[in-house]
Amino acid sequence: MSDNSARPIHASAPSGAPATGPVKGWDRQQMADRLAREFQDGWLVNLGVGIPTLCSNTDIGDREITYHSENGLIGYGPVLSAGQEDLHLVNAGGQNVSLKPDSVTVNHADSFAIIRSGRIDVTVMGAYEVGANGDFANWKVAGQKGGGIGGAMDLAACAKRVFIILEHVTRKGAPRLVPSCALPVTARGVVTLVATNYGLFAPTGQGFRVVELAPGMSFEEVRAATGAPLEG
Amino acid sequence: MRSKTFGSFAEAVADIPDGSVIGIGGFAAPGTPYNLIKALREQGAKGLTCVGNTTGGAHQPRMPDIASLVENGQVKKVIASFTAATRPTDVLPFTKYYESGEVEAELVPQGTLAERMRAAGAGIPAFYTPTAVGTELAEGRETRKFNGREMLLEYALPLDYAFVRAHRADASGNLVFRLTQRNFCPLMAMAAKVCIVEVEEDILPAGALDPDAVHTSGIFVQRLVKVPAAPEGIWAVRREERKK
Repeated sequence: MSDNSARPIHASAPSGAPATGPVKGWDRQQMADRLAREFQDGWLVNLGVGIPTLCSNTDIGDREITYHSENGLIGYGPVLSAGQEDLHLVNAGGQNVSLKPDSVTVNHADSFAIIRSGRIDVTVMGAYEVGANGDFANWKVAGQKGGGIGGAMDLAACAKRVFIILEHVTRKGAPRLVPSCALPVTARGVVTLVATNYGLFAPTGQGFRVVELAPGMSFEEVRAATGAPLEG
Repeated sequence: MRSKTFGSFAEAVADIPDGSVIGIGGFAAPGTPYNLIKALREQGAKGLTCVGNTTGGAHQPRMPDIASLVENGQVKKVIASFTAATRPTDVLPFTKYYESGEVEAELVPQGTLAERMRAAGAGIPAFYTPTAVGTELAEGRETRKFNGREMLLEYALPLDYAFVRAHRADASGNLVFRLTQRNFCPLMAMAAKVCIVEVEEDILPAGALDPDAVHTSGIFVQRLVKVPAAPEGIWAVRREERKK
C-alpha cells in the first residue's frame, strides 16, 4: 500500500562511474515513459505500485488507454492534489486518483475476473529480479517471512503481456537481470519487455536482447552490469 | 420485517465467540470497517482468524486494522494477500508478531482470496485457477491441466462473520457502496454466516433504495450500525490531516 512514487530518486550511475558528469541512463519517469510508448491504442493496462504508476503521467498523444486498478477501478485519471481528493476513490497504491467520464467501479471478484479471463493487454510491475527465461520475482526478498503478493500473481499469470520496470543493478551493484531468478518467482516465462535505468531489454531465453540503450550507456557498460548474456 | 439495525457497534459485535473466522473488508481506506474493528478490540474475543487484503499499513497515526487485533492478543491466524509491506524497508506493526510465531499467516494471491470468498458465498466448494502455478505457493498442492494449461486447486473460504463498510443501506440490509469502497465487501458479505455493516449515511426505510442500484442484497446482510459523526465515529481522513 505504500506509495513512494513522489520520492525523488535519480537513475543510479553505473558502478565505478563518477557521481557527476554527462547524463547517463534514464530516471524513474523516463523508464516509465519508455514503456508507456509501447502501449497500443485501445489497450487495457494495469499499473503496479511504485515506478509503474508513473506510466499514467506519460503523454500518450491520441492513443486511448484505459487504466485498470485491481481494487475494481476501471478507467482512472491522474492522482489528485491535497484537498481535491475523494476519500472513497483510490488506485492499487492507495493514492487518491481522479475519475474519467467513462470510469466504473466493480467488486474484487469482477476486477479479477477481468484479469483472469485475459482481458488485460499489459500489466506493468516492479520486480527484484528478472530471468532471461521470462521468470520474475517481486513478492519476497531473501530471508523474509511471508511476503507481499497483492494482485501480482493473478496479473502475471493471466495478462496478455507482462512488462517489468526495475533498476538495472541492486544498491550493492549486483545485477537484477539474471539467467534465472534466485528469489521465489511470481510467475514463470511471462516477461516480454524490461525497462531499466540502462535501457529497454527483451528476455530471449538465454539472455537479454537490447531493444534500446538509455542515453550515455554503452553496450559494454550494460553487458558488464547484466547477469545473463546481452545480445545486440 | 425484523429490523437489522443495531444501536451501537458494541451491541453488534457482542456475541462474537472466541475462535471465529472474520473477514474484514476494505482496500486501503475505502470500505474498511474501522468502527467494527475497534468494537471487536474492546469486546476482546480471542483465537480469531482474520481475513483481509492486508494486516494494515505501516504509517502513523494508526487506524484500527487487523494488526491492532494482533497486538491485543486476539488473533491466532491471518489470511491476507500481503503479510509484508510492498516496500521491503517498511516494517509493518504485524511483522514482529508473525516473525516471533505468536500469530500464523496464510499468504494468498489477491484474486484468489476474492474468488475463494465469492465461491464460499455461492455454494462452490473449490475451483481451479492459473494464478500461482509454478510458484512456491503451489508446491505440494493439487494441479490439473485444462485445455493444456496447468491450473491450481483452491478451496472456498467461508467466514463466520464479515465486517464491511457501506455508503448507504436500507432497513432490510440492502447495500450501496461508493466508488472503490466496494472491493472485497460484497464477497465477504456473501461468504459469511453473519455480515455486520457500518453504514455512512442514515439507514433508510426498507424500499427506499432503487432496486437496480443495490450492490449487495439484504439476504447477505444481518446487522447494520450507522457510523456517528466524528469524533465518536471513525472516518477516513486525508493523509495531511492525519499527520496533524
